[in-house]
Amino acid sequence: MVPMLEQTEVVTAGLVPDPMLPLPYRIQRVKQETADTFTLEILPEDSSQRFSFAPGQFNMLYVFGVGEVPISISSDPGNVPLLKHTTRVVGTVTKAMRQLKRGEVMGIRGPFGSHWPVEEATGRDVVIVAGGIGLAPLRPALYRLMAERDKFRRIVLLYGTRTPEDMLYRHELERWRGKFDLEIQVTVDRAASNWRGNVGVVTTMIGRAPFDPSNTLAMLCGPEIMMRFTVMELLKRGVAAERVYLSAERNMKCGIGFCGHCQYGPTFVCKDGPVFALPSIAAILGKSEI
Amino acid sequence: MIQTLEPILREHPFFQGMEEQHIRLIAGCSKNVRFGEGEVIFREGDPADHFYLIREGLVSVQFVIPHDGLTTVQTVGSGEVLGWSWLFPPYRWHFDARAQQPTHALAFDGKCLRAKCDEDHDLGYEIYKRFMQVITERLEATRLQLLDMYGAHA
Repeated sequence: MVPMLEQTEVVTAGLVPDPMLPLPYRIQRVKQETADTFTLEILPEDSSQRFSFAPGQFNMLYVFGVGEVPISISSDPGNVPLLKHTTRVVGTVTKAMRQLKRGEVMGIRGPFGSHWPVEEATGRDVVIVAGGIGLAPLRPALYRLMAERDKFRRIVLLYGTRTPEDMLYRHELERWRGKFDLEIQVTVDRAASNWRGNVGVVTTMIGRAPFDPSNTLAMLCGPEIMMRFTVMELLKRGVAAERVYLSAERNMKCGIGFCGHCQYGPTFVCKDGPVFALPSIAAILGKSEI
Repeated sequence: MIQTLEPILREHPFFQGMEEQHIRLIAGCSKNVRFGEGEVIFREGDPADHFYLIREGLVSVQFVIPHDGLTTVQTVGSGEVLGWSWLFPPYRWHFDARAQQPTHALAFDGKCLRAKCDEDHDLGYEIYKRFMQVITERLEATRLQLLDMYGAHA
């Protein structure tokens, strides 16, 4: 049996006395990313509070009086205590969250869950495949990879979105691309004729992306169907299954494996995930009953 | 000195593993072509008498949607194949193709190649097998596009 990813040592133990207790954070900025996504930038009310996280982990964000939702941390792990969370307006809580203004306070619990295996990528090519808002949980990994650029071989980011207007972090992607040590390929599902880039699903880019499959670690995040087809293409190209990691999403509630809302086969996504090595969930990936 | 295109064909992923005799036959129907940025390669409804292997550059496959204008449904880049309408009657293009960037390609005369496939069924089988792979991949990609997987319901 392939072991689950171990939770990172930076998990809240020792930092926050009670993982069920939200701590107050003040909103510094609300940034509209696309028509239906936005980023909250927050700082702890208690400036002496220690906080660290590993790329891929998530927080529970509490809008007082409305409810709590799990959102991946999308900021630079080397730039705490400032935290950024990018999310889409999809339900009651995220709708209320979008209405929050600079200076208002919200509750934060976390960080929770497993993380991207950045250290394991040392000496290898790294392929990051993101779909839609799936780029947000991968951005901290990109920050880490770029901060320690010499430790890795080629770094390739393949990013697919619905249209050019749905692209997240456009300026940052342009800046990274300009550094010449990161290969970034963006594709959209459809575009008007003035779009100068690729059109087509992100999975079609894997076959011709510049990486050595025999020495590659892959990180995937996006809609589950996109990840399933991406996995097929990566395996077809020759990437070892045990070096493919993906971030699953389920209905996380407590964040610490108590409530069972996020059960995914024999695992809890909040505790054993959200980042899984492919062999640990390959048998249940795409099963409609799970 | 005239250089044959055989070495280029041999190295192109589309013809990987093809027998030498077939490469020679195909090379006889091919030529090097270049398209400037924005240049139309073919138009919907025109006779489909060529296909292209892109060596460098990017080509947009487009069609006009009433009220929306010209819409790009796919791009074809280095190492990929552009066009299969030359293989099947009525041999007419179903989309427009336009060079998005300066593009360097190999163009294959469809009539010439169809005649050679009729004469040599082993060659025909190899060509159809390779095109079936391309068509299958495009069909799969189109299905994923149709799912609108990044939409609000995703």
